[in-house]
Amino acid sequence: MKNYSTIGSRTFTILNYLFLSLAAFACLLPLINVLAVSFSSKSAAAAGYVNLWPVEFTLDSYVYALKKQEFLTAFLVSIKRIGLGYIINMVLTVFIAYPLAKEKSEFSARNIYAWFFIVTMLFGGGLIPTYMVVRYTGLIDSIWALIIPNAVPVFNVILLMNFFRGLPKEIEEAAYIDGCDYWRTLFKIVLPLSLPSIATLSLFVLVGHWNGWFDGLIYMNSTSKWPLQSYLRSIIINSDTMMSASDELATMRNVSNRTFNAAQVFLAAVPVLAVYPFLQKYFMKGLVMGSVKG
Amino acid sequence: MISGKKLRQLPLHIMVIPGVILTLIYHYIPMFGIVMAFQKFVPAKGFFKSKWVGFDNFEYMLNLPNIKTVIYNTVFISIMKIIVGLVVPVVFALLLNEMRREKYKRTLQTIIYFPHFLSWVILGGILVDVLSPSSGIINKMLGLVGIDPIFFLGDSKWFPFTMVITNVWKNFGYDTIVYLAALTSIDMALYEAAYVDGAGRWKQTLHVTLPGILPIVTLMTVLSLGNILNAGFDQVINLYSPQVYSTGDILDTLVYRIGLVEAQYSVATAVGLFKSVISLVLILVSNKLANKYAGYRIF
Repeated sequence: MKNYSTIGSRTFTILNYLFLSLAAFACLLPLINVLAVSFSSKSAAAAGYVNLWPVEFTLDSYVYALKKQEFLTAFLVSIKRIGLGYIINMVLTVFIAYPLAKEKSEFSARNIYAWFFIVTMLFGGGLIPTYMVVRYTGLIDSIWALIIPNAVPVFNVILLMNFFRGLPKEIEEAAYIDGCDYWRTLFKIVLPLSLPSIATLSLFVLVGHWNGWFDGLIYMNSTSKWPLQSYLRSIIINSDTMMSASDELATMRNVSNRTFNAAQVFLAAVPVLAVYPFLQKYFMKGLVMGSVKG
Repeated sequence: MISGKKLRQLPLHIMVIPGVILTLIYHYIPMFGIVMAFQKFVPAKGFFKSKWVGFDNFEYMLNLPNIKTVIYNTVFISIMKIIVGLVVPVVFALLLNEMRREKYKRTLQTIIYFPHFLSWVILGGILVDVLSPSSGIINKMLGLVGIDPIFFLGDSKWFPFTMVITNVWKNFGYDTIVYLAALTSIDMALYEAAYVDGAGRWKQTLHVTLPGILPIVTLMTVLSLGNILNAGFDQVINLYSPQVYSTGDILDTLVYRIGLVEAQYSVATAVGLFKSVISLVLILVSNKLANKYAGYRIF
């Protein structure tokens, strides 16, 4: 029971609501501002008139972005990457998590496999040796370079494994008695029971692949094979467009591209915005499942 | 009997094997590829035929003029991130927990953890725009209260703090939810007992709520110690520029530039190995501590 009747307590409640609302608004402010810029005219943006609402509303920047060949190509690469990457990540996650969820008495190699995967979370070869292996296995300039090296998302495997372990054992035992083998049990019993958890992981994987940019940058020599985020990085965040205060030319270029860049940034954020409501629904569960497990 | 048991386990092995093979190739072979750090590595000769040079690359690394600065920057930025990234989410969780309107509370949560799902490329594009000294909205707002434009991303004095603040902006919503979840699991009877004993809202927070989330706060902090050499590659590489190298260059960005931009593969691997070994020790120690004091286990 909490006491809300004193004056001090009421004042606190009001200030608390005020403060948290302002803080949340401050979090959104940069996004709103850039969104407004993307819908404004070039001259208004360059003159710095745009705050939270578009000035001289126009869709020019979006039209220009969607007509630009490089943007569309990169968008398609990203779609392809998500499709392939999602299937491979999820299949491997399920196929590894299920056996690892077994007790050692049932699957005697369980701990060996588990440590085999855990070790990769603790130590790695680092950037250059990994790059060399990708190169030696002939993946440079292939879409598979964005998918295969991280085909096993170990963190997700652990989340799903913990979820499987939480399922009542009697259900699986009943299935064995009825003559199901491990494959049938996995597909007919365990997976249908795990849909919420699969949904959480799906969203993690989809967002992860959509947001990936570094592998595209280093593994793709030809820029036409870059996924969207790598392409965006190259046009928006390049050290030469990061104008220094003295660099007139760079400043000019950046300002004239301002609305166009803003539009591309938002087009790249749209898919995340679109899945966010679903993400939001499952996320709480997934996050709690991952961080405060018993 | 034994062979029957083995046979029965066969499908389980078959399920794991593809993942094992891929992990072996793309995670374990690179670990052995670390031998590059002790070679003068030439890609055409590969891991086996490149010339051995012993510790030359490490010597070269220690003689790099900026190595001390880079290590300092890395540790400075990440410790600041750990501290701010601990305080802000705990405060927000406590304040959100005092809100009674569930719907409004959930709306605020949704807003504050949205940036977490955007990549540093997208956030970088947004930040370069809003932090611009000439046309960015942040400096425009500072101008209203009479503060001269600050070049947040281009001034080496400001850059590390810009990293800390923008990192909190992206991630605090996520951590806030972890702490909120811990808060909701506190037994309501404790609050009732405190109330009966005459504790007001502030005293309840101090004596019930804070002790209630202390274990998870400790756990998260201890675990973050393992990341002290990870100052945020994705973020820094998208926001830094040569004029802020003196305070903003970190180990990971140095490895990237030496290795993939300048193609000095062996030196970059040596720097990377130096970092991974220290990180490994830190992770093991922090997990040990987490296990001892909070009963935490990796799996």
